[in-house]
Order: sequence, then structure tokens, then C-alpha cells
Amino acid sequence: MSTEKTPYAADLAPSEPSGSRGASPAAYGPASGDTFPRLLAGLAAQRPKDTALQEKRYGIWQPLTWAQYNQRVRDFAHGLAALGVERGQIVAVLGDNRPEWLIAELAAQSLGASVVGVYPTSIGEELHHILTHSRARVVIAEDQEQVDKLIRLRSEATDVPMETVVYYDPHGLEAYTEEFLTDFTAVEAQGREWGDQHPGWLDEQIASGQPEDVAVICTTSGTTSRPKLAELSHANLLAMAEHLTTIDPIGARDRYVSFLPFAWIGEQMLAVACGLSRGLTLSFPEDSATQKTDLREIGPNVMFSPPRIWESMLSDVQVRIDEAGWIKRKVFGWGYAVGDRVAEQRIHGRAKAIDPLYWVADQVALRPVRDQLGLARIDHAYTGGAPLGPDVFRFFHAIGVNLKQIYGQTEICGIAVVHRDDDIAFASVGTPIPGTEIRITDEGEILLRSASVFRGYHRNPEATAEAVDADGWLHTGDAGFLDEQGHLVVIDRAKDVLTTSDGTRFSSAFIENKLKFSPYVEEAVTFPTDDGMTAMITIDPMTTGSWAEHERLSYTTYTDLAGKQEVRDLIAEEVLRANEDLPESIRIKRFVLLHKQFDPDDDEITRTRKVRRNVIAERYADIINGLAGGSDDVTIRSLVTYQDGSQVERNLVLKIVDMSTFRAPEGRGRRPVWSGRR
Amino acid sequence: MTTGLTRAYQHSLNSSAVPSGQPALEVKDIGLRFGGVHALADVGFTVTQGHIHAVIGPNGAGKSSLLNCVSGLYHPQHGSIVLHTGVEGTSHELTKLPPYKIARLGVARSFQNIELFSGLTVLENLMLGRHIHMSKSVLASLVWLGPARRQEIAHRALVEEVIDLLSLQPFRHKPVGSLAYGIQKRVELGRALCLQPALLLLDEPMAGMNAEEKEDMARYILDVHELAGVTVILIEHDMAVVMDISNRVSVLDFGRLIADGTPDEVKANPKVVEAYLGAEEH
Repeated sequence: MSTEKTPYAADLAPSEPSGSRGASPAAYGPASGDTFPRLLAGLAAQRPKDTALQEKRYGIWQPLTWAQYNQRVRDFAHGLAALGVERGQIVAVLGDNRPEWLIAELAAQSLGASVVGVYPTSIGEELHHILTHSRARVVIAEDQEQVDKLIRLRSEATDVPMETVVYYDPHGLEAYTEEFLTDFTAVEAQGREWGDQHPGWLDEQIASGQPEDVAVICTTSGTTSRPKLAELSHANLLAMAEHLTTIDPIGARDRYVSFLPFAWIGEQMLAVACGLSRGLTLSFPEDSATQKTDLREIGPNVMFSPPRIWESMLSDVQVRIDEAGWIKRKVFGWGYAVGDRVAEQRIHGRAKAIDPLYWVADQVALRPVRDQLGLARIDHAYTGGAPLGPDVFRFFHAIGVNLKQIYGQTEICGIAVVHRDDDIAFASVGTPIPGTEIRITDEGEILLRSASVFRGYHRNPEATAEAVDADGWLHTGDAGFLDEQGHLVVIDRAKDVLTTSDGTRFSSAFIENKLKFSPYVEEAVTFPTDDGMTAMITIDPMTTGSWAEHERLSYTTYTDLAGKQEVRDLIAEEVLRANEDLPESIRIKRFVLLHKQFDPDDDEITRTRKVRRNVIAERYADIINGLAGGSDDVTIRSLVTYQDGSQVERNLVLKIVDMSTFRAPEGRGRRPVWSGRR
Repeated sequence: MTTGLTRAYQHSLNSSAVPSGQPALEVKDIGLRFGGVHALADVGFTVTQGHIHAVIGPNGAGKSSLLNCVSGLYHPQHGSIVLHTGVEGTSHELTKLPPYKIARLGVARSFQNIELFSGLTVLENLMLGRHIHMSKSVLASLVWLGPARRQEIAHRALVEEVIDLLSLQPFRHKPVGSLAYGIQKRVELGRALCLQPALLLLDEPMAGMNAEEKEDMARYILDVHELAGVTVILIEHDMAVVMDISNRVSVLDFGRLIADGTPDEVKANPKVVEAYLGAEEH
């Protein structure tokens, strides 16, 4: 490892606007000195009748044009001003993806305030921390569920500075008498009135907005502690959008489906930053239950999702292929083999221009599967936030989806390094985007520097100083190295990197991903012991449940299913396959199937579904000790609380499976990637 | 946006004009006989507007017969059933009316066994619930121009609000026959709601469901009641559910009304305990 600058340092150009690229007319490209409200005003002036946002409501895609969008933002901004929101303050938004979320965001930015997104599933301590730390006086909440949380929080804690709660889905709230509650449309109406009394005020505010102002505050995923609030400026986000779209052009005609939380940097990155700088049309699904069909109806061109979305798509394919007849299985199996071969050539930039066999395979086997997944039109697909298993990666390339890994923290607007088209190594995360420098310290820590490095943590200069040094380098806390081709390989969080007895450095995440590649494994957490690795595994109830049905195995609950001997054998076989791909020293020696799934409400996993190792290590210490000690089973006490408050304590015996004594049934070949069966 | 800015529903699902707290339905001394069998004998109670009124009782107590009398499928030999629908005291005697006229007065119901068109989609089944409100002739509907088309679009808007209220969006275009039992029950509730009822009769909406489905269904019934303000008569076996969500409970046993009161009163009534748990030893 060297501390010298890599060749990418030469890439550091000041973030000049690079003009038109791809389908995007030059006029809409971000100019330096822009802010999101000014970009929106520009789009409303240039393309007033084009659709900016569309939401499926009552079964129909209801469009909102750029002009209407701009008008609603102006009304709501005036409304916020009437509620007393001032420049520099923070407005919190708590809800699923709806046009109102973005209207609130742009409105806050219009008057020089910023927005902090709260994951709609957040509760208690987490919500309290974000609301008090950001000192948000106005909170925009989606519906009754979110409003109830806020009312409870207000009654329990006296230090919440929340003065007004604005909701946009009024169902069930008619009878609420709390005076601090108000309807979104009422705020807009009030804003129109206020705007009439203060003509020109908002235009002044928008004009005086600086690119260095805070635009969005994203909560860092906080796998280790309470979330920190990272301040991202307009300039940070627009520089990122500019650099990303330089390598992967996004144009005004591209479609984007917004279904991941706006509190997540990845959604802000594409939907807001790229969306406004490139004039993208955003579509919002009707309901979380209709996401998949709505995704298919829209057929997005661009998509950025965390690994769990891609993993669940693969699980879907596996389940459905296994339910299909033998002809379909055969055809898909053949097409997949062809696709896999061509993908292998393509990712190394050696694909043939014309390949008749591939064309046929694509028509009969691959395109239909892409279409079912809603990926028929996809040009750029990204995964990020956590490592995606190489096998899942390969699956998507084989079916013809150009999936690329993004590496970057919230603190650098979510992206610093990405794969390039036709140059994809599954084990790496690619090369830095333009305008980004990378450096590896002597200790192997990855450092990044670019115009997108954040302003700092909100009201937390100590943490900011730890994250960004005097020279502007962002200390990622990740361990990694650059391989011969100059691709960055990320091992893991620096403190999670382990060294085996023979000195190789490895990451538990690498082993865990091998295990998670099995369609039946949902999460896996591994622990090093004296004689190798042990693992705690949770099963995927959908695929394992469908397997159990197929095997005519009856079960009631998750706990029951996970406790079946047959399921243990099934997973043991999967672990055996994973072990075959691992060096001897880091193979799984023993594992246990956990009686429950990890739950963000129990702090075991973050809202973005990253496992909190320290919480798990503490909570399941008995199990981990049992695994390390090599006992046959562990008894855990589980406390069940019923709705009426009564509690029951149960003793559960979890069997430990010893891989050294496990023998897979004879004559079973490896199962293909796309199927759960052999 | 074509539907305007607000996300509030634009249609009222409750067509009754009776002020809350006034009697909505008065059942007076009705008697129903099948040959020598007395299905109902001198049963009388009053359903108050804005209440969820539960009717409980052991198997064969006459609960469904009572509901059938209200909806006009059975005609009791004596007694009267009066439905109030208007502010000015408009009321209708139901015992002599045929079912379709009672439906037009705003009495909607769901059945104990699912009575949907299993080959039609959820949307089509719900649109059928609007049928009594559709006025265009067969010919006009066939030509599908102007008025008939506008009429269908207007009805669809209401149906979509019902779909939203009951979270049926993922199933909108799925044939009802392919759906899980719990969902089909929800579609039945939805179809009854599409009628814009003055009074909603639910015959064992939770029969055959597991605990989780029951909880969901109870939630939807409460939503219908709270968000749409519809008066509900509910027949249900599960005592816990009944006690949880009803405002008032009437108890039948062998065709007779043995108790009528708030859930707490009914729970404490020795006759009810006897009917449900058997006579106490003395």
C-alpha cells in the first residue's frame, strides 16, 4: 500500500459544467452556482407542460407537470414561511415516497432552509434523536401512522422542538384535535395568501440561495451508533450528479421509479440531484404492495438499489422458475448459459458485435425475465450501500442487466467509485468517478477527496474533524486496496477486517455474502473462533417456505420452520457449497439457525438492512459462545410480549449443526444460480 | 392532478342522512317460522346510527335468519322492521319489500359464504356493487358513448376509493377466484361498500380466518366505520373481536333475544354466560 496519490489524482478537475451529454440538452445541465430551487424554476420555465412527477393513485398514473410542481413548491414555501421557518433551519420529513415529500424538500430549500429525511419505519429513540438534534420546528408526516408516532413522542419527551406537524394523507385524522396538526393542502392555501401579501419575497430568497448552503441532511446509517446527521450542500450534490452523468449519461427522457426512502442518500442522489439537474421524470408507485407491478409498468432506464432489492429479485426468479414447467426450465437454463457466456465476454470488453445465438437466447429466455422484473428498459443499474455477492452480480449480467457497483458514503453524496461499462470485475467496486481522488493509507484505509465531500456533521464538529482531515480527505473507515487494473477492492469496515492464522486479511462480509447467495439464507453473521468460522443464519421465509411446501413439510411460524431438521439439512447443504468456494482457514465449521429474523425495531439491523454486529454480539452472546465451544445445542430464553402487555417467557433449544460431521446426500450436483433445486 | 391536491376521499360511502345517535333500524317483535320450527320469536332491538351493532349467539340461534329478514331474503310472519334513512324522518317498512328494493334503500350486505363472481376481477366485482346506481339503458351502455361512458368513469372513481380504503390495490386486476380467502372476504366487504350503504350487514366476515387475518379484517371494519361513518350490523362468533369493536351487542339463543346492551353489560349477563358455556351447576 502506498500513501502516494494514485493516478486518479490527475483526474481532479474543478467541477466545471461539462455541457450537454447524452440525451440531455445543454440548457438543463447544471451550471456552477446553481441550487435545486433555481434548477426547478428553470425546468418549469423551459418545459412547463412536461411531466415532472407522476404518482399512481386510484389505479391511474396522475401526472404533475414541471409548472404545477414549481407552483406547489412555491405555495408550500410560502406556507412554511407563514409557519415561521427561516433561512438556515431544518424541516424534517417522515413518510414514504410521495410528491409531497419532494415538494416539502424543494420548498424548504427555496427559502434557504434544508430538509432532513427520517426513515418512515423509525421509532422511539431514533426519531427522538433526529428531531431534537436537527431542532426541526416543522415536521412533515405522511399519515395517521406517522402522526401517531409524533404525538406520542411529544407527550413523552419535553425536549422536542417540534411546533407544527403537517400531514398529507388525512385519512383517519379527521377526529384529531391536536392544535399543532395541519393538513398539507391547508399550508399550501395559507401559503398562497401569504405569498399574495409578500410579492417577490420568495424570488429574492431563491436568488440569494448559495450553492454552499445545506440542501439535504442525510442520516448516516450508523451501524455502530446513533445516526449522525450529514450536511450536504447544493454544490456537493450537483457536483456528484455532474460527475456521475459524465460517465453514465442520464437524459430528460429517462424514466425513474422512486420507491426507496428519500432519507437514504442513494434516492436523493438519483431522484433529486440527477433528477433536477437532468430533468428526469420520477414515478411513485401506488403502494408498497404494488411496487413490483408498478416498476414493470414504468420500465425505468435508471435504477439504484441496495443489495437486498437485487437479492430479492433473484429470489423471485428462483421461486418462479422452480414453479414453472420443465420446458420453461429447460429453455431458460439454455438461454441463461448463453447469456452467462456472453456476459463473461462483455464485462471484459470483448463482446462480439453480432451474436445470433445470443440474440435468440435473449428473445426466448432472457428478455422475458428482464421484463417480468421491470428491467426491460434498464440502461444503468446500480447497487450500493453494502457489498453484493459476486454470484448475484453475475446473474444480472447473464440476463442482460448492466448492473454496476457504486462505492461511496453518505459523506461523499453516496458515490465516489463505480464500475464502468464493459469493465466490470465482480470482486471490485470499479474506478473513481471524474473529479474524485482516492488514496490508500499505510494502514490500508481508503481516503477520498472530491467536490462532493460533505460540509460536516450537523452540530458535531468533533465527529466532522475525525471524518475529514485538514486537506479535505474523507476518511472512510473502510479497508481496501487498488488491484493491478486500478480497480478499488473494498475488504470491509477497517475494524471488521480479520486476519487468519496464516496472515491473510479477509472480511466476514465476504463469507457472509457467500452464505447469503443461497436463496434460502436471508442474513448470516459469522464469528471467528479458534478452529475456523461459525455462523448465525436466518432463513428467507419466502423461499424456504415455498421449498417446504414443495417438500410437503408443514409448518406454522418462522420459528417452527427454522427449527425443522429438514430445513437445517437444507441450509447445511448450502453452507457446504459456500465452503467449497472458501479457503480452508475461513470455512464455516458450525452454524445455528436463529429462531427469529433480524429486526430494525430491535436494533439488530439498520433501516437500510445492514447488520449491527455489536448489538448481535451482545444480544446473542450465549449462542456465539455455544458455537465457539462446539456444544450440540444452545438454550435461549425468549420473551414474548403480547398486545395486552402480558409477557410469556419460553425456552427455545437451538440445534448447532457441525459441518465436520455433515454429509450431503450423494449424487447431487450443484444447483444452477437461477434455481433453488437441483 | 386530476383529482386535486388533497388526498382525502371525494365520495361519502355512507348514504344515510340520519344524524348519529338516532335510531337507524328498528326491529320490532319479529317472528319467523319454517313449518313448525321457530327460527325467530319476538325478536326486537334498535340499531343506533353510527354504531357497530353485533349480533351474537350459538350456532342455529337465528343470526343469519335475522339478517336475511332485514335484507328481504326472508319475510317474517309477524312483526316489523323499520329502516330510517332521512333527516325528516323518512322511514321504510322492510318486511314486505323484495330484496332489490331494500338494496336500493341502502341496505348492503356480505355473505357468510363468499358470494362473488370468481371469474371476474376484483375491480369488476366492485363495479357490480355500483350496479343499482347505474341508470343508463342496455342500449346506451352498449354504444358506450358520452353519458354511459361518463357514468362508468364516475362510478370507477368511487370504486377506486373503496379499493384504497381496503388496500386492495395489488389485486385490482386479479380474478377473485385466484385470491386468498381473507382477501376475498375483503372484496365482499368492498362490494357492499360500493353500494354506498345506509346500513351495512356483515355476516361472519371473519369466519374461517386465522388470528392475523381476523385482526386485519377487524381493522378494516373499524376503518369503514370510522372513516366512512357507516352503521354496521355484524354477526360474528369470535367473542373477543365482538367485544373489542362493537358499540352494542344483541344476543340470540334458539331464536329468542336473551340480552341486548353494551359489550360489558352483555358479558356480565348470566343468561349469555349460560347460553355460551352451558348451565352452571347448582
